[in-house]
Amino acid sequence: MSIDRETAAKVAKLARIRVPEDALPALAEEFNTILGFIEQLNEVDVEGIEPMTSVTPMRLKRREDVVTDGNQQAKVLANAPDAREGFFAVPKVVE
Amino acid sequence: MADLNKFTIAEARDALRKGDVTAVELTEACLTQIEGAGALNAFVHHTPELARDQARAADTRIKAGDAPAMCGIPLGIKDLFCTKGVPSQAASRILEGFKPEYESTVTQNLFEAGAVMLGKLNMDEFAMGSSNETSVYGNAVNPWRRGNDDTALTPGGSSGGSASAVAADLCLAATGTDTGGSIRQPAAFTGITGIKPTYGRCSRWGVVAFASSLDQAGPMTKSVRDAAIMLAAMCSHDPKDSTSVDFPVPDFEAALTGDIKGKVIGIPKEYRMEGMPAEIEQLWADGTAMLKAAGADIRDISLPHTKYALPAYYVIAPAEASSNLARYDGVRYGHRAKLAQGDGITEMYEKTRAEGFGHEVQRRVMVGTYVLSAGFYDAYYNRARKVRALIKRDFEQAFEAGVDAILTPATPSAAFGLGEMKDADPVQMYLNDVFTVTVNLAGLPGISVPAGVDKQGLPLGLQLIGRPWEEGDLLNTAYALEEAAGFVAKPGKWW
Repeated sequence: MSIDRETAAKVAKLARIRVPEDALPALAEEFNTILGFIEQLNEVDVEGIEPMTSVTPMRLKRREDVVTDGNQQAKVLANAPDAREGFFAVPKVVE
Repeated sequence: MADLNKFTIAEARDALRKGDVTAVELTEACLTQIEGAGALNAFVHHTPELARDQARAADTRIKAGDAPAMCGIPLGIKDLFCTKGVPSQAASRILEGFKPEYESTVTQNLFEAGAVMLGKLNMDEFAMGSSNETSVYGNAVNPWRRGNDDTALTPGGSSGGSASAVAADLCLAATGTDTGGSIRQPAAFTGITGIKPTYGRCSRWGVVAFASSLDQAGPMTKSVRDAAIMLAAMCSHDPKDSTSVDFPVPDFEAALTGDIKGKVIGIPKEYRMEGMPAEIEQLWADGTAMLKAAGADIRDISLPHTKYALPAYYVIAPAEASSNLARYDGVRYGHRAKLAQGDGITEMYEKTRAEGFGHEVQRRVMVGTYVLSAGFYDAYYNRARKVRALIKRDFEQAFEAGVDAILTPATPSAAFGLGEMKDADPVQMYLNDVFTVTVNLAGLPGISVPAGVDKQGLPLGLQLIGRPWEEGDLLNTAYALEEAAGFVAKPGKWW
Protein backbone atom coordinates (compact mmCIF):
# COMPACT_ATOMS: atom_id res chain seq x y z
CA MET A 1 0.00 0.00 0.00
CA SER A 2 1.47 3.29 -1.03
CA ILE A 3 0.17 6.66 0.07
CA ASP A 4 0.21 9.39 -2.53
CA ARG A 5 -0.07 13.10 -2.12
CA GLU A 6 -3.81 13.01 -2.63
CA THR A 7 -4.35 10.41 0.11
CA ALA A 8 -2.13 12.42 2.47
CA ALA A 9 -4.28 15.47 1.80
CA LYS A 10 -7.41 13.45 2.49
CA VAL A 11 -6.05 12.13 5.78
CA ALA A 12 -5.03 15.63 6.87
CA LYS A 13 -8.55 16.81 6.09
CA LEU A 14 -10.12 13.97 8.09
CA ALA A 15 -7.80 14.76 11.01
CA ARG A 16 -8.71 18.47 10.77
CA ILE A 17 -5.08 19.50 10.50
CA ARG A 18 -4.15 22.05 7.87
CA VAL A 19 -1.10 20.86 5.93
CA PRO A 20 0.33 23.24 3.33
CA GLU A 21 0.34 21.91 -0.26
CA ASP A 22 4.13 21.84 -0.45
CA ALA A 23 4.45 19.74 2.73
CA LEU A 24 2.25 16.94 1.39
CA PRO A 25 4.88 14.93 -0.53
CA ALA A 26 7.16 14.67 2.53
CA LEU A 27 4.20 13.77 4.71
CA ALA A 28 3.14 11.03 2.29
CA GLU A 29 6.67 9.67 2.37
CA GLU A 30 6.66 9.54 6.18
CA PHE A 31 3.34 7.74 6.15
CA ASN A 32 4.79 5.21 3.76
CA THR A 33 7.78 4.57 6.02
CA ILE A 34 5.51 4.00 9.01
CA LEU A 35 2.99 1.92 7.11
CA GLY A 36 5.81 -0.13 5.61
CA PHE A 37 6.89 -0.93 9.14
CA ILE A 38 3.33 -1.81 10.12
CA GLU A 39 2.98 -4.13 7.11
CA GLN A 40 4.97 -6.74 9.07
CA LEU A 41 1.74 -7.54 10.89
CA ASN A 42 0.59 -9.33 7.75
CA GLU A 43 3.10 -12.09 8.50
CA VAL A 44 1.22 -13.10 11.65
CA ASP A 45 -1.36 -15.87 11.52
CA VAL A 46 -4.36 -14.33 13.29
CA GLU A 47 -6.88 -16.92 12.16
CA GLY A 48 -9.51 -17.42 14.87
CA ILE A 49 -8.03 -14.80 17.20
CA GLU A 50 -10.42 -12.29 18.75
CA PRO A 51 -9.24 -8.66 18.59
CA MET A 52 -8.40 -7.48 22.10
CA THR A 53 -10.92 -5.07 23.57
CA SER A 54 -9.67 -4.90 27.15
CA VAL A 55 -6.22 -5.86 28.35
CA THR A 56 -7.58 -6.79 31.77
CA PRO A 57 -10.72 -8.88 31.52
CA MET A 58 -13.19 -7.01 33.69
CA ARG A 59 -16.82 -6.12 33.91
CA LEU A 60 -17.34 -2.41 33.88
CA LYS A 61 -18.71 -1.17 37.16
CA ARG A 62 -22.24 0.09 37.29
CA ARG A 63 -23.63 2.85 39.41
CA GLU A 64 -27.00 4.32 40.16
CA ASP A 65 -28.34 6.23 37.19
CA VAL A 66 -28.46 9.57 38.95
CA VAL A 67 -26.99 13.00 38.39
CA THR A 68 -23.66 13.24 40.22
CA ASP A 69 -22.21 16.39 38.74
CA GLY A 70 -23.19 19.72 37.27
CA ASN A 71 -23.75 23.40 38.04
CA GLN A 72 -20.17 24.27 37.17
CA GLN A 73 -20.67 26.63 34.28
CA ALA A 74 -17.98 29.07 35.37
CA LYS A 75 -15.40 26.33 35.83
CA VAL A 76 -16.29 24.71 32.52
CA LEU A 77 -15.84 28.00 30.69
CA ALA A 78 -12.81 29.19 32.65
CA ASN A 79 -10.27 27.97 30.09
CA ALA A 80 -12.19 28.76 26.92
CA PRO A 81 -10.39 30.92 24.34
CA ASP A 82 -13.66 32.74 23.74
CA ALA A 83 -16.61 32.50 26.13
CA ARG A 84 -19.55 34.89 26.08
CA GLU A 85 -22.71 35.09 28.12
CA GLY A 86 -22.21 31.63 29.57
CA PHE A 87 -21.45 29.94 26.26
CA PHE A 88 -18.46 28.84 24.20
CA ALA A 89 -18.20 31.21 21.26
CA VAL A 90 -17.17 29.96 17.82
CA PRO A 91 -17.27 31.38 14.29
CA LYS A 92 -20.63 31.34 12.60
CA VAL A 93 -21.65 27.74 11.82
CA VAL A 94 -25.00 28.23 10.11
CA GLU A 95 -25.70 30.96 7.55
CA MET B 1 22.21 19.00 57.33
CA ALA B 2 23.77 19.15 53.88
CA ASP B 3 22.41 17.93 50.58
CA LEU B 4 18.86 17.20 51.70
CA ASN B 5 17.84 17.12 48.04
CA LYS B 6 19.93 13.96 47.63
CA PHE B 7 17.80 12.01 50.11
CA THR B 8 15.81 9.03 49.00
CA ILE B 9 12.14 8.98 49.98
CA ALA B 10 12.87 6.31 52.59
CA GLU B 11 15.72 8.34 54.13
CA ALA B 12 13.62 11.50 54.18
CA ARG B 13 10.65 9.73 55.68
CA ASP B 14 12.75 8.31 58.49
CA ALA B 15 14.51 11.64 59.15
CA LEU B 16 11.17 13.49 59.13
CA ARG B 17 9.65 11.08 61.61
CA LYS B 18 12.66 11.32 63.89
CA GLY B 19 12.45 15.09 63.74
CA ASP B 20 15.97 15.38 62.29
CA VAL B 21 14.69 17.41 59.37
CA THR B 22 11.52 19.28 58.40
CA ALA B 23 9.53 19.14 55.20
CA VAL B 24 10.18 22.87 54.81
CA GLU B 25 13.95 22.27 54.91
CA LEU B 26 13.71 19.44 52.38
CA THR B 27 11.56 21.59 50.12
CA GLU B 28 13.88 24.60 50.33
CA ALA B 29 16.88 22.40 49.51
CA CYS B 30 15.12 21.16 46.37
CA LEU B 31 13.90 24.63 45.35
CA THR B 32 17.48 25.91 45.58
CA GLN B 33 18.72 23.08 43.37
CA ILE B 34 15.95 23.65 40.83
CA GLU B 35 16.83 27.32 40.62
CA GLY B 36 20.41 26.43 39.70
CA ALA B 37 19.48 23.75 37.20
CA GLY B 38 17.96 25.77 34.36
CA ALA B 39 20.40 24.13 31.95
CA LEU B 40 18.65 20.78 32.42
CA ASN B 41 15.28 22.31 31.45
CA ALA B 42 13.59 19.67 33.60
CA PHE B 43 11.18 21.89 35.55
CA VAL B 44 9.03 23.92 33.17
CA HIS B 45 6.45 25.35 35.58
CA HIS B 46 7.62 26.27 39.06
CA THR B 47 5.29 26.23 42.07
CA PRO B 48 7.51 27.28 44.99
CA GLU B 49 4.70 28.98 46.94
CA LEU B 50 2.44 25.97 46.70
CA ALA B 51 5.37 23.76 47.69
CA ARG B 52 6.10 25.86 50.78
CA ASP B 53 2.44 25.78 51.83
CA GLN B 54 2.27 22.03 51.37
CA ALA B 55 5.55 21.55 53.25
CA ARG B 56 4.33 23.59 56.22
CA ALA B 57 1.11 21.57 56.31
CA ALA B 58 3.15 18.37 56.14
CA ASP B 59 5.30 19.44 59.07
CA THR B 60 2.20 20.06 61.16
CA ARG B 61 0.91 16.63 60.25
CA ILE B 62 4.21 14.91 61.01
CA LYS B 63 4.41 16.63 64.38
CA ALA B 64 0.94 15.35 65.19
CA GLY B 65 2.22 11.82 64.50
CA ASP B 66 0.83 9.12 62.25
CA ALA B 67 1.76 10.81 58.96
CA PRO B 68 1.85 8.59 55.85
CA ALA B 69 5.20 7.70 54.24
CA MET B 70 4.92 10.33 51.50
CA CYS B 71 4.15 13.14 53.94
CA GLY B 72 6.55 16.04 53.38
CA ILE B 73 8.32 14.45 50.39
CA PRO B 74 9.09 17.03 47.65
CA LEU B 75 8.19 15.72 44.20
CA GLY B 76 8.23 16.82 40.58
CA ILE B 77 5.04 16.18 38.62
CA LYS B 78 5.06 15.36 34.92
CA ASP B 79 3.25 18.01 32.90
CA LEU B 80 0.81 15.34 31.69
CA PHE B 81 -0.97 15.36 35.07
CA CYS B 82 -3.70 17.94 35.51
CA THR B 83 -2.96 19.92 38.65
CA LYS B 84 -5.56 22.34 39.88
CA GLY B 85 -4.77 25.96 39.15
CA VAL B 86 -1.29 25.09 37.87
CA PRO B 87 -0.42 25.07 34.14
CA SER B 88 -0.85 21.56 32.75
CA GLN B 89 -0.21 21.47 29.04
CA ALA B 90 1.28 18.08 28.18
CA ALA B 91 4.25 20.00 26.72
CA SER B 92 2.00 21.10 23.87
CA ARG B 93 1.30 24.51 22.43
CA ILE B 94 -2.31 23.53 21.99
CA LEU B 95 -2.79 23.58 25.78
CA GLU B 96 -1.03 26.90 26.23
CA GLY B 97 -2.47 28.73 29.21
CA PHE B 98 -4.59 25.79 30.36
CA LYS B 99 -5.05 25.72 34.12
CA PRO B 100 -7.26 22.81 35.15
CA GLU B 101 -10.14 23.41 37.51
CA TYR B 102 -9.56 19.94 38.95
CA GLU B 103 -6.83 17.65 40.25
CA SER B 104 -5.82 14.31 38.70
CA THR B 105 -6.57 11.36 40.95
CA VAL B 106 -2.91 10.34 41.16
CA THR B 107 -1.73 13.79 42.28
CA GLN B 108 -4.74 14.05 44.58
CA ASN B 109 -3.70 10.75 46.19
CA LEU B 110 -0.14 11.99 46.59
CA PHE B 111 -1.26 15.32 48.06
CA GLU B 112 -3.64 13.59 50.45
CA ALA B 113 -0.66 11.54 51.60
CA GLY B 114 1.11 14.84 52.30
CA ALA B 115 3.48 15.00 49.33
CA VAL B 116 4.82 18.37 48.17
CA MET B 117 4.75 19.51 44.52
CA LEU B 118 7.79 21.55 43.45
CA GLY B 119 6.57 22.13 39.90
CA LYS B 120 5.75 20.54 36.58
CA LEU B 121 8.23 18.54 34.55
CA ASN B 122 9.22 18.57 30.91
CA MET B 123 8.19 15.73 28.62
CA ASP B 124 7.62 14.88 24.98
CA GLU B 125 4.50 16.55 23.60
CA PHE B 126 1.47 14.47 24.61
CA ALA B 127 3.98 11.82 25.75
CA MET B 128 4.77 11.04 22.11
CA GLY B 129 8.51 10.61 21.84
CA SER B 130 11.52 8.80 23.21
CA SER B 131 13.97 11.68 23.62
CA ASN B 132 12.05 14.66 25.02
CA GLU B 133 12.76 16.46 21.75
CA THR B 134 9.11 17.00 20.80
CA SER B 135 8.36 19.29 23.76
CA VAL B 136 7.06 22.83 23.27
CA TYR B 137 9.38 23.81 26.15
CA GLY B 138 12.47 22.61 24.28
CA ASN B 139 14.64 19.62 25.13
CA ALA B 140 15.13 18.37 28.65
CA VAL B 141 18.80 17.49 29.14
CA ASN B 142 20.33 14.42 30.74
CA PRO B 143 22.56 15.25 33.74
CA TRP B 144 24.85 12.43 32.58
CA ARG B 145 27.59 13.05 30.03
CA ARG B 146 29.94 10.81 28.08
CA GLY B 147 33.07 11.08 30.19
CA ASN B 148 34.54 14.55 29.65
CA ASP B 149 32.67 15.11 26.41
CA ASP B 150 30.17 17.95 26.85
CA THR B 151 27.70 16.77 24.20
CA ALA B 152 24.18 17.26 25.56
CA LEU B 153 22.44 13.90 25.85
CA THR B 154 18.78 13.04 25.90
CA PRO B 155 17.28 11.96 29.23
CA GLY B 156 14.97 9.74 27.17
CA GLY B 157 11.27 10.18 26.84
CA SER B 158 8.58 10.77 27.16
CA SER B 159 9.12 11.31 30.91
CA GLY B 160 12.45 13.02 30.20
CA GLY B 161 12.04 15.92 32.62
CA SER B 162 11.08 13.51 35.40
CA ALA B 163 14.16 11.36 34.74
CA SER B 164 16.50 14.33 34.52
CA ALA B 165 15.13 15.93 37.70
CA VAL B 166 15.40 12.77 39.80
CA ALA B 167 18.86 11.84 38.48
CA ALA B 168 20.12 15.37 39.18
CA ASP B 169 18.62 15.36 42.70
CA LEU B 170 16.34 18.33 41.99
CA CYS B 171 13.57 16.45 43.78
CA LEU B 172 13.32 13.25 45.76
CA ALA B 173 11.16 11.52 43.17
CA ALA B 174 8.79 12.28 40.31
CA THR B 175 5.68 11.01 38.65
CA GLY B 176 5.91 9.59 35.16
CA THR B 177 3.57 7.96 32.70
CA ASP B 178 4.26 5.05 30.41
CA THR B 179 2.41 4.20 27.19
CA GLY B 180 5.18 2.30 25.39
CA GLY B 181 8.18 2.70 27.68
CA SER B 182 7.99 6.35 28.74
CA ILE B 183 8.89 5.62 32.37
CA ARG B 184 11.31 2.74 31.90
CA GLN B 185 13.40 4.04 28.98
CA PRO B 186 14.17 7.46 30.56
CA ALA B 187 14.83 5.76 33.91
CA ALA B 188 17.39 3.52 32.19
CA PHE B 189 18.99 6.51 30.39
CA THR B 190 19.50 8.39 33.66
CA GLY B 191 20.44 5.67 36.14
CA ILE B 192 17.24 5.73 38.18
CA THR B 193 14.40 3.32 38.92
CA GLY B 194 11.02 3.49 37.18
CA ILE B 195 8.04 1.19 37.42
CA LYS B 196 4.96 0.97 35.25
CA PRO B 197 2.35 -0.90 37.25
CA THR B 198 -0.28 -3.29 35.90
CA TYR B 199 -2.81 -1.53 33.67
CA GLY B 200 -5.60 -0.40 35.98
CA ARG B 201 -3.52 0.06 39.16
CA CYS B 202 -3.37 3.83 38.86
CA SER B 203 -6.35 5.89 37.89
CA ARG B 204 -5.97 7.68 34.57
CA TRP B 205 -8.45 10.37 35.57
CA GLY B 206 -6.96 13.79 35.05
CA VAL B 207 -3.94 12.43 33.18
CA VAL B 208 -3.97 13.91 29.67
CA ALA B 209 -4.88 10.91 27.49
CA PHE B 210 -2.56 9.61 24.76
CA ALA B 211 -3.54 5.95 24.18
CA SER B 212 -6.08 5.03 26.81
CA SER B 213 -5.69 1.25 26.62
CA LEU B 214 -1.92 1.55 27.20
CA ASP B 215 -1.37 4.61 29.43
CA GLN B 216 -0.37 4.03 33.05
CA ALA B 217 1.18 6.33 35.62
CA GLY B 218 4.05 5.26 37.84
CA PRO B 219 6.85 6.58 40.06
CA MET B 220 10.40 7.47 39.00
CA THR B 221 12.70 7.21 41.98
CA LYS B 222 16.25 6.85 43.27
CA SER B 223 15.76 3.32 44.57
CA VAL B 224 13.49 0.29 44.36
CA ARG B 225 12.35 0.89 47.93
CA ASP B 226 11.27 4.41 46.98
CA ALA B 227 9.38 3.02 43.99
CA ALA B 228 7.51 0.67 46.33
CA ILE B 229 6.64 3.48 48.76
CA MET B 230 5.54 5.98 46.14
CA LEU B 231 3.65 3.50 43.97
CA ALA B 232 1.48 2.50 46.92
CA ALA B 233 0.56 6.15 47.42
CA MET B 234 -0.33 6.63 43.74
CA CYS B 235 -2.57 3.57 43.29
CA SER B 236 -6.27 3.52 44.07
CA HIS B 237 -9.60 2.39 42.80
CA ASP B 238 -11.28 5.39 41.28
CA PRO B 239 -14.91 5.49 40.20
CA LYS B 240 -13.90 8.26 37.76
CA ASP B 241 -11.77 5.80 35.74
CA SER B 242 -13.79 2.75 34.80
CA THR B 243 -10.59 0.83 33.98
CA SER B 244 -9.08 1.32 37.44
CA VAL B 245 -9.45 -1.89 39.40
CA ASP B 246 -11.18 -2.35 42.69
CA PHE B 247 -8.38 -4.38 44.29
CA PRO B 248 -6.79 -3.57 47.61
CA VAL B 249 -3.39 -1.85 47.27
CA PRO B 250 -0.83 -4.04 49.04
CA ASP B 251 2.02 -2.70 51.15
CA PHE B 252 4.61 -2.98 48.40
CA GLU B 253 7.47 -1.98 50.67
CA ALA B 254 6.71 -4.87 53.00
CA ALA B 255 7.34 -7.23 50.06
CA LEU B 256 11.01 -6.15 49.87
CA THR B 257 12.76 -9.02 51.64
CA GLY B 258 15.46 -9.49 49.01
CA ASP B 259 14.78 -13.21 49.16
CA ILE B 260 14.20 -14.59 45.65
CA LYS B 261 15.31 -18.17 46.27
CA GLY B 262 13.45 -20.54 43.99
CA LYS B 263 11.86 -17.77 41.92
CA VAL B 264 11.76 -18.65 38.26
CA ILE B 265 13.24 -15.93 36.03
CA GLY B 266 12.55 -16.23 32.32
CA ILE B 267 15.09 -15.09 29.74
CA PRO B 268 13.24 -14.54 26.46
CA LYS B 269 15.33 -15.44 23.43
CA GLU B 270 13.42 -13.05 21.17
CA TYR B 271 14.86 -10.07 23.05
CA ARG B 272 18.30 -10.91 21.70
CA MET B 273 18.06 -8.42 18.88
CA GLU B 274 20.31 -8.36 15.88
CA GLY B 275 22.85 -5.58 16.13
CA MET B 276 22.40 -5.19 19.86
CA PRO B 277 25.52 -3.57 21.36
CA ALA B 278 27.84 -6.02 23.12
CA GLU B 279 27.61 -3.95 26.29
CA ILE B 280 23.85 -4.42 26.50
CA GLU B 281 24.29 -8.13 25.87
CA GLN B 282 26.91 -8.27 28.65
CA LEU B 283 24.72 -6.32 31.08
CA TRP B 284 21.88 -8.74 30.47
CA ALA B 285 24.16 -11.74 31.07
CA ASP B 286 25.51 -10.10 34.23
CA GLY B 287 22.00 -9.43 35.53
CA THR B 288 21.04 -13.03 34.84
CA ALA B 289 24.08 -14.23 36.77
CA MET B 290 23.23 -11.93 39.70
CA LEU B 291 19.71 -13.26 40.00
CA LYS B 292 21.04 -16.81 39.74
CA ALA B 293 23.56 -16.14 42.48
CA ALA B 294 20.71 -14.82 44.62
CA GLY B 295 19.04 -18.20 44.33
CA ALA B 296 16.68 -17.69 41.40
CA ASP B 297 16.05 -20.45 38.92
CA ILE B 298 16.97 -19.16 35.44
CA ARG B 299 14.96 -20.50 32.55
CA ASP B 300 15.17 -19.81 28.79
CA ILE B 301 11.75 -18.94 27.46
CA SER B 302 10.17 -17.93 24.18
CA LEU B 303 7.78 -15.06 23.55
CA PRO B 304 7.31 -15.70 19.84
CA HIS B 305 5.29 -12.60 18.90
CA THR B 306 7.76 -10.10 20.36
CA LYS B 307 8.86 -8.90 16.93
CA TYR B 308 5.34 -7.72 16.15
CA ALA B 309 4.87 -5.65 19.28
CA LEU B 310 6.24 -2.39 17.88
CA PRO B 311 4.28 -2.52 14.62
CA ALA B 312 1.11 -3.39 16.56
CA TYR B 313 1.82 -0.51 18.95
CA TYR B 314 2.27 1.92 16.06
CA VAL B 315 -1.24 1.09 14.89
CA ILE B 316 -3.02 0.97 18.24
CA ALA B 317 -1.39 3.96 19.94
CA PRO B 318 -1.87 6.41 17.03
CA ALA B 319 -5.43 5.14 16.52
CA GLU B 320 -6.32 5.86 20.12
CA ALA B 321 -4.40 9.15 20.01
CA SER B 322 -6.30 10.35 16.95
CA SER B 323 -9.52 9.80 18.85
CA ASN B 324 -8.31 11.22 22.19
CA LEU B 325 -6.74 14.30 20.62
CA ALA B 326 -9.89 15.14 18.68
CA ARG B 327 -10.91 17.16 21.75
CA TYR B 328 -8.29 19.82 21.01
CA ASP B 329 -10.37 21.97 18.73
CA GLY B 330 -9.79 25.49 19.98
CA VAL B 331 -13.23 25.73 21.55
CA ARG B 332 -13.06 24.66 25.18
CA TYR B 333 -9.49 25.23 26.29
CA GLY B 334 -6.01 26.07 25.13
CA HIS B 335 -4.88 27.64 21.92
CA ARG B 336 -7.14 28.94 19.17
CA ALA B 337 -5.64 30.14 15.90
CA LYS B 338 -6.25 33.71 14.73
CA LEU B 339 -8.81 33.48 11.99
CA ALA B 340 -9.02 35.33 8.71
CA GLN B 341 -12.08 37.21 7.52
CA GLY B 342 -14.70 34.70 6.43
CA ASP B 343 -13.10 31.66 8.12
CA GLY B 344 -15.68 29.22 9.40
CA ILE B 345 -15.53 26.57 12.06
CA THR B 346 -13.67 24.03 9.90
CA GLU B 347 -10.90 26.57 9.23
CA MET B 348 -10.77 27.23 12.96
CA TYR B 349 -10.26 23.54 13.70
CA GLU B 350 -7.69 23.02 10.97
CA LYS B 351 -5.64 26.12 11.68
CA THR B 352 -5.79 25.63 15.45
CA ARG B 353 -4.59 22.02 15.25
CA ALA B 354 -1.89 22.86 12.69
CA GLU B 355 -0.51 25.59 14.96
CA GLY B 356 -1.09 23.81 18.24
CA PHE B 357 0.27 20.33 17.55
CA GLY B 358 3.95 19.72 16.89
CA HIS B 359 5.20 17.65 14.00
CA GLU B 360 5.35 14.24 15.71
CA VAL B 361 1.91 14.66 17.25
CA GLN B 362 0.41 15.69 13.90
CA ARG B 363 2.03 12.69 12.25
CA ARG B 364 0.67 10.25 14.82
CA VAL B 365 -2.82 11.73 14.77
CA MET B 366 -2.86 11.40 11.00
CA VAL B 367 -1.49 7.84 11.01
CA GLY B 368 -4.20 7.00 13.53
CA THR B 369 -6.82 8.67 11.38
CA TYR B 370 -5.63 6.64 8.40
CA VAL B 371 -5.65 3.23 10.12
CA LEU B 372 -9.15 3.88 11.44
CA SER B 373 -10.54 5.18 8.16
CA ALA B 374 -13.12 3.31 6.13
CA GLY B 375 -11.56 0.45 4.21
CA PHE B 376 -8.45 0.17 6.39
CA TYR B 377 -9.96 -0.45 9.81
CA ASP B 378 -9.88 -4.24 9.44
CA ALA B 379 -6.55 -4.45 7.67
CA TYR B 380 -4.71 -2.33 10.22
CA TYR B 381 -6.57 -1.68 13.44
CA ASN B 382 -8.36 -4.99 13.90
CA ARG B 383 -5.31 -6.95 12.83
CA ALA B 384 -3.16 -5.06 15.34
CA ARG B 385 -5.65 -5.82 18.10
CA LYS B 386 -5.48 -9.52 17.21
CA VAL B 387 -1.69 -9.45 17.29
CA ARG B 388 -1.94 -7.70 20.65
CA ALA B 389 -4.02 -10.62 21.95
CA LEU B 390 -1.26 -12.98 20.78
CA ILE B 391 1.45 -10.94 22.49
CA LYS B 392 -0.48 -11.09 25.74
CA ARG B 393 -0.98 -14.84 25.27
CA ASP B 394 2.79 -15.33 24.95
CA PHE B 395 3.25 -13.86 28.42
CA GLU B 396 0.32 -15.79 29.87
CA GLN B 397 1.81 -19.04 28.64
CA ALA B 398 5.17 -18.21 30.22
CA PHE B 399 3.53 -17.36 33.55
CA GLU B 400 1.36 -20.50 33.40
CA ALA B 401 4.54 -22.52 32.93
CA GLY B 402 5.75 -21.20 36.27
CA VAL B 403 7.79 -18.12 35.34
CA ASP B 404 7.65 -15.49 38.10
CA ALA B 405 9.42 -12.65 36.30
CA ILE B 406 11.14 -11.99 32.99
CA LEU B 407 14.51 -10.27 32.69
CA THR B 408 15.38 -8.20 29.60
CA PRO B 409 17.47 -5.15 28.76
CA ALA B 410 15.51 -1.93 29.29
CA THR B 411 16.77 -0.18 26.17
CA PRO B 412 18.76 -1.12 23.07
CA SER B 413 21.41 1.53 23.82
CA ALA B 414 22.63 4.06 26.37
CA ALA B 415 21.40 7.68 26.15
CA PHE B 416 22.13 9.24 22.77
CA GLY B 417 22.95 12.84 21.92
CA LEU B 418 20.17 15.39 21.53
CA GLY B 419 19.74 15.98 17.81
CA GLU B 420 21.58 12.80 16.83
CA MET B 421 18.39 11.18 15.59
CA LYS B 422 17.27 14.29 13.73
CA ASP B 423 17.77 12.85 10.28
CA ALA B 424 16.63 9.34 11.13
CA ASP B 425 13.23 8.24 9.88
CA PRO B 426 10.50 8.05 12.56
CA VAL B 427 10.74 4.26 12.79
CA GLN B 428 14.36 4.51 13.97
CA MET B 429 13.25 6.54 16.96
CA TYR B 430 10.40 4.13 17.64
CA LEU B 431 12.94 1.29 18.06
CA ASN B 432 13.90 2.77 21.44
CA ASP B 433 10.81 1.13 22.87
CA VAL B 434 11.48 -2.31 21.42
CA PHE B 435 11.98 -3.97 24.84
CA THR B 436 9.38 -2.03 26.79
CA VAL B 437 6.36 -1.80 24.50
CA THR B 438 5.35 -5.48 24.84
CA VAL B 439 4.61 -4.83 28.51
CA ASN B 440 2.07 -2.08 27.74
CA LEU B 441 0.38 -4.17 25.09
CA ALA B 442 -0.01 -7.02 27.60
CA GLY B 443 -0.99 -4.67 30.46
CA LEU B 444 1.76 -6.08 32.71
CA PRO B 445 3.89 -4.42 35.38
CA GLY B 446 7.47 -3.65 34.32
CA ILE B 447 10.35 -2.03 36.14
CA SER B 448 13.66 -0.61 34.99
CA VAL B 449 16.56 -0.90 37.43
CA PRO B 450 19.97 0.72 36.88
CA ALA B 451 22.47 -2.12 36.62
CA GLY B 452 25.73 -0.81 35.19
CA VAL B 453 27.52 1.77 33.07
CA ASP B 454 28.84 1.54 29.54
CA LYS B 455 32.43 2.29 28.55
CA GLN B 456 31.63 5.99 28.27
CA GLY B 457 30.34 5.99 31.81
CA LEU B 458 26.65 6.21 30.92
CA PRO B 459 24.08 4.28 32.93
CA LEU B 460 22.36 1.18 31.55
CA GLY B 461 19.19 -0.42 32.88
CA LEU B 462 17.67 -3.85 33.05
CA GLN B 463 13.96 -4.49 32.89
CA LEU B 464 11.99 -6.98 34.92
CA ILE B 465 8.47 -7.88 33.82
CA GLY B 466 6.07 -9.36 36.36
CA ARG B 467 2.75 -11.15 36.58
CA PRO B 468 -0.32 -8.92 36.55
CA TRP B 469 -1.20 -7.42 39.97
CA GLU B 470 1.96 -8.84 41.53
CA GLU B 471 3.95 -5.61 41.74
CA GLY B 472 5.06 -6.55 45.26
CA ASP B 473 6.77 -9.69 44.03
CA LEU B 474 8.20 -7.84 41.02
CA LEU B 475 9.58 -5.07 43.24
CA ASN B 476 11.17 -7.67 45.48
CA THR B 477 12.97 -9.26 42.53
CA ALA B 478 14.03 -5.79 41.42
CA TYR B 479 15.26 -5.14 44.95
CA ALA B 480 17.41 -8.28 44.84
CA LEU B 481 18.80 -7.16 41.47
CA GLU B 482 19.47 -3.67 42.80
CA GLU B 483 21.33 -5.09 45.81
CA ALA B 484 23.43 -7.36 43.63
CA ALA B 485 24.18 -4.74 40.97
CA GLY B 486 25.18 -2.19 43.60
CA PHE B 487 24.74 0.72 41.17
CA VAL B 488 25.87 3.87 42.98
CA ALA B 489 27.25 6.06 40.18
CA LYS B 490 25.93 9.63 39.99
CA PRO B 491 26.36 12.20 37.25
CA GLY B 492 29.07 14.79 37.92
CA LYS B 493 27.50 18.23 38.40
CA TRP B 494 28.14 20.50 35.39
CA TRP B 495 24.88 22.44 35.31
